[in-house]
Amino acid sequence: MEKKTLLTIKDLQLEGRSGNAWHPIIKGVDLTLHKGEVLGLIGESGAGKSTLGLAAMGFARDGCRISGGTIDFDGIDLRTAPESLRRGLRGKRIAYVAQSAAASFNPAHRLINQYCESPVVHGVMAREKAEADAVELYGRMRLPNPDEIGFRYPHQVSGGQLQRAMTAMAMACRPDLIIFDEPTTALDVTTQIEVLAAIRDIVRQFGTAAIYITHDLAVVAQMADRIKVLLRGDEVEDADTRSMLTAPREEYTKSLWAVRSFARAEQPTATGTPVVSVRSVTAGYGALDVLKDVSFDIHARRTVAVVGESGSGKSTTARVITGLLPQRNGQVLFNGNPLPPSFKARSRNELRQCQMIYQMADTALNPKLRLRELIGRPAEMYLGLKGKALEARIRDLLALIELEPDRYIDRLPSELSGGQKQRIGIARALAAEPQLIICDEVTSALDQIVQEGILKLLDRLQGELNLAYMFITHDLATVKSIADEVVVMQQGVVVERGPKAAIFADPKEDYTNLLLSSVPEMDPDWLNRLLVKRSAKAQEP
Amino acid sequence: MTVVLSILVALGIFFVVGLASRAGLRSLAPAHHKPTYRDMPLTASFGLAVIVFYIAVAILAPVVAPYGEGEVTGAQFLPWGAPNYLGTDKLGRDMLTRLIYGARNTVGIAFVTTALAFMVGSFLGIWAALVGGWLDQWLSRFVDALMAIPALIFSLLLLTIFGTSVLTLVLVIAAVDSTRVYRLARSVAQGIVMMDYIEAARLRGEGAWRLIRREILPNAMAPLVAEFGLRFCFVFLAISALSFLGLGIKPPTADWGSMVRENATLITFGDVTPLLPAGAIALLTVAVNFVVDWQLHRASGLKE
Repeated sequence: MEKKTLLTIKDLQLEGRSGNAWHPIIKGVDLTLHKGEVLGLIGESGAGKSTLGLAAMGFARDGCRISGGTIDFDGIDLRTAPESLRRGLRGKRIAYVAQSAAASFNPAHRLINQYCESPVVHGVMAREKAEADAVELYGRMRLPNPDEIGFRYPHQVSGGQLQRAMTAMAMACRPDLIIFDEPTTALDVTTQIEVLAAIRDIVRQFGTAAIYITHDLAVVAQMADRIKVLLRGDEVEDADTRSMLTAPREEYTKSLWAVRSFARAEQPTATGTPVVSVRSVTAGYGALDVLKDVSFDIHARRTVAVVGESGSGKSTTARVITGLLPQRNGQVLFNGNPLPPSFKARSRNELRQCQMIYQMADTALNPKLRLRELIGRPAEMYLGLKGKALEARIRDLLALIELEPDRYIDRLPSELSGGQKQRIGIARALAAEPQLIICDEVTSALDQIVQEGILKLLDRLQGELNLAYMFITHDLATVKSIADEVVVMQQGVVVERGPKAAIFADPKEDYTNLLLSSVPEMDPDWLNRLLVKRSAKAQEP
Repeated sequence: MTVVLSILVALGIFFVVGLASRAGLRSLAPAHHKPTYRDMPLTASFGLAVIVFYIAVAILAPVVAPYGEGEVTGAQFLPWGAPNYLGTDKLGRDMLTRLIYGARNTVGIAFVTTALAFMVGSFLGIWAALVGGWLDQWLSRFVDALMAIPALIFSLLLLTIFGTSVLTLVLVIAAVDSTRVYRLARSVAQGIVMMDYIEAARLRGEGAWRLIRREILPNAMAPLVAEFGLRFCFVFLAISALSFLGLGIKPPTADWGSMVRENATLITFGDVTPLLPAGAIALLTVAVNFVVDWQLHRASGLKE
């Protein structure tokens, strides 16, 4: 079927400024988009996905400039068109949905007022008609109470609902092209499904063309007709979804597909006294109980993954174990001995035994200290190392996390990449020679290939140093590759726990089932099948 | 005509001094600091040159001054000319000598006072932010109460109670100014205390002293340094104001504030001599602010 071309980008070059020098961000990318087609753009962070997406609107961020090529949108050259013409197109014929709807809505206005702004300004509809239209679109996006939800403020609706309201808003003028910039990245897996399904339906209903930017391959497989892979501002491969999934041509594309291949060997069942035993812990802030009767054990050389949606109490459990949030009831046993509830009451040795690695290495490392001190301080404090012995220990630790000691020892955290920073977080935890390391979403902020490296490192260290890990995550793919046991949490309660194989093969609880089935798979038909299955289930008496 | 001419001369001096000091800094700076001085604005290099000049004069006062600090060298109110190049004051002391020694006293005392105010204020401020709770409440409300009293009147009151010596002057102004520093340090530290690396350090079992010194202070340095420059000017002006009112530095010690007051009568005769110490104060204040602005700009990470 021959379709009309909507957007043609030819040999696009885009530069960004650092200091006084311009360096290329996009190095000659071609892109063609037909009417009603959905194009997926994937790549690591820094590949130029978002920049290319914005360039499709004829827009370059501050400090960037389009330095070559043409952008032809339905016969209009967006590069040379006057700003007034481009402004007329934006919102009316080209719309943009940003990653964080929470940050993109104006918190001071009701949703429906923000919806109506664009059609009224562009003169597409009168105010009353726009409001009626908003209610209709809210309904199509399957938002609850479409008649009423528009009159709420952004903080009064959930993240997933907000993202759908944002998509509805982008649809207000029935644009020809919508650019989705990682619209579901910040959402939980269960919420992600609803948003993906709603976005896909509405794009199909109106025959809108879309550019869907994401770093998650499984997501793009559900959404896109065609996929374009970017690497450092260059196009790697461009093919329709099915053929790219089944037969990727380029090495880089294959490596993206293979990323999830890492899986930890099956471990025998653990016996003996657990390193940490959480016994019927209840804890919370103020009058609210965030954790209710939580119990689980972690044995040496074992990884226990704690999974659940945001707000399920995963991180709160970690705060109870570390002593930042003293529990109301129950006990935390360490090697069979009860730990004092508050970290202030714990001995230095008890503090040493339990270390933590944080999600955001940027805020977890003091930006003004050099690696020497960042890693050396725990060793100096807990093990009393000084002078030459301390220096040797720091070098050992750097070698252990696969960073060259001579090159890195005197660097500041700002002189490292994201993955390297996370490695320093690991080294700092190891410097204390602990028995338990709590990993709080340690891979969530990293690219997939970097994630893989960190997971392999953690796995190797566990074997060498006899560590127990508590692995907090919402990413079930990570759980599959690294965990021995899984603890599923929902609203502060442990819903289910057991060995990984048992949980993944035969989940007993509905909630676990829902969580597991919501993880996107590479198969382009996965979303369809899932939705059919769920609706069939919902119709059962 | 003379006004236009003097403005042109002043601008000329500004550019010459600024360019020369920037060139000097560039050639002297160690290799890894070179970029810092390459993008330095002319105002900042001028400011730095002036500050260095003042410090040199203050340290070398006995060497460069032609006479002794309190030495009577001739008749009262002599006009400009050799050997008293800037004339004499109402007791017949050499104005140039007094001006040079005044740099030592006024600038030196202002520096010690500001440093003291910063040590006390920033330590207490960061400590309050770190510990929080009752300690924070007590300290903050106490500081609020002190800040409610106008600074100059409060200093006058304290100086009348405790007597006027250089030591009490330093302590009183430092106490009054440390309340302002406390406020700033506390609010800056409150932002830093929320970071994960502070939580990590607490969980490691670090004591309050180490947390303040190694974890919080290095990250709070930029706004504190900027505030130090501003505060230094305020202290400077406060000392001069107190001296002018007769409660600051005691005669015969040379001090720019009291020098203006002692020779104020000359202004009625159209003589600019009494205004020279005032000009010295103004020049230093402007120079310090040039440097502070530059530091603030750099610390805030603004890139043009």
